[in-house]
Amino acid sequence: MLNYNTIAGLVEQAEQTGKPVSELVLAQQAEQTERPVEDLYEEMRRTFQVMEESVTSGIDPDLRSTSGLTGGTAYRMQQAVREGRTLCGEVFGGALTRALAVSELNASMGRIVASPTAGSCGILPAAVLTLKEARGLDERTCVMSLFTASAVGMVIANNACLAGAQGGCQAECGSASAMAAAALVELAGGTPAMMANAVAIAIKNILGLVCDPVAGLVEIPCIKRNASGVANALCAAELALAGITSAIPVDEVILTMKRVGDTMPSALRETAEGGLAMTPTGRRLFKQVFGT
Amino acid sequence: MNVFDIIGPVMIGPSSSHTAGAARIGRIAYMLLGQPARRAEILLHGSFAKTYKGHGTDKALIAGIMGMKPDDARLRDSFELAKQAGLSFEITTGHLEDAHPNTAQITLYGEDSRVSIRGASVGGGNILINRINGMAVEISGQFTTLIVLHRDAPGTIAHVTELLGSNGINIANFRLAREQKGGTAVMTIEIDGDAGSELNRQVAALENVLGSTMLKPI
Ligand code: SF4
Repeated sequence: MLNYNTIAGLVEQAEQTGKPVSELVLAQQAEQTERPVEDLYEEMRRTFQVMEESVTSGIDPDLRSTSGLTGGTAYRMQQAVREGRTLCGEVFGGALTRALAVSELNASMGRIVASPTAGSCGILPAAVLTLKEARGLDERTCVMSLFTASAVGMVIANNACLAGAQGGCQAECGSASAMAAAALVELAGGTPAMMANAVAIAIKNILGLVCDPVAGLVEIPCIKRNASGVANALCAAELALAGITSAIPVDEVILTMKRVGDTMPSALRETAEGGLAMTPTGRRLFKQVFGT
Repeated sequence: MNVFDIIGPVMIGPSSSHTAGAARIGRIAYMLLGQPARRAEILLHGSFAKTYKGHGTDKALIAGIMGMKPDDARLRDSFELAKQAGLSFEITTGHLEDAHPNTAQITLYGEDSRVSIRGASVGGGNILINRINGMAVEISGQFTTLIVLHRDAPGTIAHVTELLGSNGINIANFRLAREQKGGTAVMTIEIDGDAGSELNRQVAALENVLGSTMLKPI
């Protein structure tokens, strides 16, 4: 029986059955929730559509957050891509644009999918939709990859955590990045073992990242961390797909994230009492928004 | 835990606790009032009081009071929509005793009824309503919940639970609170699965029952 205790367990089952992780997860979930497979698929498809909409609505030059602190960066990034001013071309620039778009939409009270959290909601959609465009993938393939991503999220939740208040930003944007890396590998036709390596690499790259939102709002530095989160996912997936492996096995990496999170001082876990929130500018912006 | 706990919920940002949870609290007040609200008085406590502006907590509460769900895209325009619907509201900040940091106290006035609740957003969009009209309750909104206002008279509770049992309904949580002995009391009963509105009417018709409201999971 499939469970979500370790990534190694998922890989083993996938290798034994010769099925992609996403298919195993969908079947197991149907059993666990006592719902028909088509039902679950349909719910995930609707979720995917919300992700697509959130990218479109987020690329808006006039978008401003409720606090007034942020907005409009996704549009700028898109312009740079359109005018051919980027260093790494359309695929990478497109991924950054999408991550910024969804994250900015969240900050401006738009409709998003928490994946796994609202703060990190731009990373997974950006990864999947970017590959969809780049490779001309069909909707079904993309929707299925979300089951793989959520399986990774469940393993992390079972062994570490997904909330910035608990484990720092590594737990939020780091987990989202790992989930996105897993989805990318499956979308690109990589093996389950490559998926596991991509997850390991993604988390290793972001290990120790603190949660320090200015004024306690999910905007600064969160929006840009969504961009760097998808960049990290692309990096991890590229390495894994090239056959590069992680020296430290993925499940040990996940437990490390938990250990690092536990030793993080509370000032760096969403309390807005440390890190960037406590810079002179961070404090000034706090006053600007809340007036005290 | 299932896949949609990881990828989901679909929500209006920016914050599951300060936006989605707030909309849910407002929506419970709306359901309890049972008619459109004409006026809303809201008191915010703790982190809600300090940071509501940046998180749109105020807009989310008003949206919920108008019956919107946390994933309703109209949420950010709720002030404008309230105006159009003839709902006036006042939002103040203050301190509430023994309250969770993310607490809102809401009093709603409808055409001919009034309800007051206190609710907290306890994380990840989950909520807990802990007072209705000053009486202690515990409603998470995750279950179908019956809220039965009744006279504190012997046998009343048994009548209600027997009625549920004879309808094949299993109780997940039961809680009783009363103002004083022999006065009014409130039962909050969270049940497994679903129940029809017919059951609610039957409960409301029982002796010593003053009113019964059935909340669907939100
Ligand atoms: S800094 Fe904190 S609030 Fe912002 S995305 Fe990271 S974990 Fe979330």
